[in-house]
Amino acid sequence: MEQRRVYLDHSATTPVDDRVLEAMMPFFKVDFGNPNSIHAWGRRVREHVNGARERVASLLGAEPREIIFTGGGSEADNLAIKGAAFALKARGKHVITSAIEHHAVLDTVKWLGENGFDVTILPVDAQGMVSPETFRNSLREDTIFATVMYANNEVGTVQPIAELGAICRERGILFHTDAVQAAGHVPIDVRTLPVDMLTLSAHKMYGPKGVGALYVRRGVRIPPLVHGGGQEFGLRSGTENTAGIVGFGEAALLALDRFENGDDEKERFLRDKLIDGIQARIDAVLLTGHRTKRLPFHASVCIEHIEGEAMLLRLDAVGIGASSGSACTSGSLDPSHVLLAMGLSHVTAHGSLRLSLGKDTTEADIDYVLDALPPVVETLRAMSPFGRK
Amino acid sequence: MYTETVRDYFLNPRNVGSLDHADGIGEVGNAKCGDVMKISIKVEDDRIADVRFETFGCAAAIASSSIATEMIKGKTLDEALKVTNKDVLDALGGLPAEKIHCSLLAEEGIRAAVEDYRSRMAERA
Repeated sequence: MEQRRVYLDHSATTPVDDRVLEAMMPFFKVDFGNPNSIHAWGRRVREHVNGARERVASLLGAEPREIIFTGGGSEADNLAIKGAAFALKARGKHVITSAIEHHAVLDTVKWLGENGFDVTILPVDAQGMVSPETFRNSLREDTIFATVMYANNEVGTVQPIAELGAICRERGILFHTDAVQAAGHVPIDVRTLPVDMLTLSAHKMYGPKGVGALYVRRGVRIPPLVHGGGQEFGLRSGTENTAGIVGFGEAALLALDRFENGDDEKERFLRDKLIDGIQARIDAVLLTGHRTKRLPFHASVCIEHIEGEAMLLRLDAVGIGASSGSACTSGSLDPSHVLLAMGLSHVTAHGSLRLSLGKDTTEADIDYVLDALPPVVETLRAMSPFGRK
Repeated sequence: MYTETVRDYFLNPRNVGSLDHADGIGEVGNAKCGDVMKISIKVEDDRIADVRFETFGCAAAIASSSIATEMIKGKTLDEALKVTNKDVLDALGGLPAEKIHCSLLAEEGIRAAVEDYRSRMAERA
C-alpha cells in the first residue's frame, strides 16, 4: 500500500489551487500581450491585471489604486520599509520593529540602522506578543516609522495590530505590518484597521510563488525600490508578472469564499485537535506561541530532549512534511531568533516543530500525525543522552 | 542534501545506547549548540571490544556517531585514536558544509572515550 503523505508546512508555501492555475494558464500563451502595450493584445491583458488588482483589494477592503504588485512578500516589505525611511528621513531617524519579525523585515530594518537611522527592536513576551505599552514607551519625538508583523510565521501568534496602529496614528507615525502569514487566512479590513501599509504574498494563500503585494493607503507617499518604466503607479517598474498577478487575484477571491464558508473554523478545530493530541500523547512538550491568539492553521511546539531537524527527517520518512526553527535546519548554531526572543533556552528551542495546516487537511491526516509523531519522538529520545529512560 | 549512507545510519542507527559498566565514556559537544555526543567503550586487551553512542543532535550528528562506533569496534586504542573526522566523512559519503562539525564531534567523542579509559587506568595503577 502506498504510504500516506501529509503536508503540514503551509506556512512555508501552499499548493496552487486548481481554480487559480486554471485562471493563470491563458496568460502564458493565449493572452501573452504586454499589459503596457496599446494594441488589442496588451489592452486585453491590462483588463485582467486591473481585475486582479480589484480582487486583491477586495480581500482587504482596500481601493484597487492602493494595491502595488511586487515580486513577492520580501520585496513588498523592502519597498514599505526603505520607502518609509527615505520618504520621512527629513522628519526624523527613529524606526521601530519587533524582535520576531521575518528576516525580510528584521534585516531590512537593521540595514537602515547601519545607514544612519536609529533602530529600536522591541522584545516580546513568552507567547511571542508585542506589548502595546512597551511599544508606546519606545516612541520618541523623532520616530518616523514602525513595522510589526500581523502574525508570526514560526509560532503563529497574532499581534494586537489595531492597538499598535492606533498608537501610531495618534502620533502621526507611519505604520506597516507584514501580513504575509495572515492575509487570506484571517479577515483583514483596512477600512477599520489603522495601518498605512500592509504586505501580502500570493503563495501563502494558494496562489503562485513570485508575486506579492503592498497595500499603500491613499495619501501615503513613498519612493520606489525598482525604477524604470513606471509600472504599478511608479512604485514598481518592470513588465507585470501577468499570470502571477491574475493567479493572485483568483486566490484572493477564493480566500473570501473560504471566510464565507467558515473554513477557517474547520482549520481551527483541526489545529486544536493536533495541539491537544500532541500534548496528551507526548510528555515534556511546550506549546510555542499564544494559545488562542494564533493563526487558525498553525500549531507549533518544542519537544524536549531531541533536536528538530532529526525529527523532521524521521517524519519525512513516514510521509509527513513539517518544519522546525532548529539551528540545524538553518546551518547556523543558534536556533530561531523568534524562539530565543520568546525566552526559550537554546536546548528547548532546538526541539522546535512547526505544523501548519491547509484547506485540504483532513481529520484523518491529523489522526495519522498524532499516531506517527510519538514513536518518532520516542526513538529519538532513546538515542539522546538527555532522553528519559 | 544527505547521502543515502547518512540517511541509512540516521534512520537505522547501529550501536545505540550506553554500556553497563563502561570502561571509558566520552561526552563532547554542547547542548546549547544542539549537539551532544556520548560514546561509551568496553576495552579488552587494549582493544575496543564494544561501543555504544547516545546523541542529541541532527541527522548528521546521529549518523556520524553511529558510523564512528562501527569504525572503531575491534580496533586497538591507538588505532581508534587515528580515526579522523575525514575518515568519518568519507565513510558517510560526505556531509553538507554546515554539518562538517558533526563529523568532528565524532572524532572528538572517540578521543574523549579513550582518554577517559586511559585516565581511569592511570588512576588504578
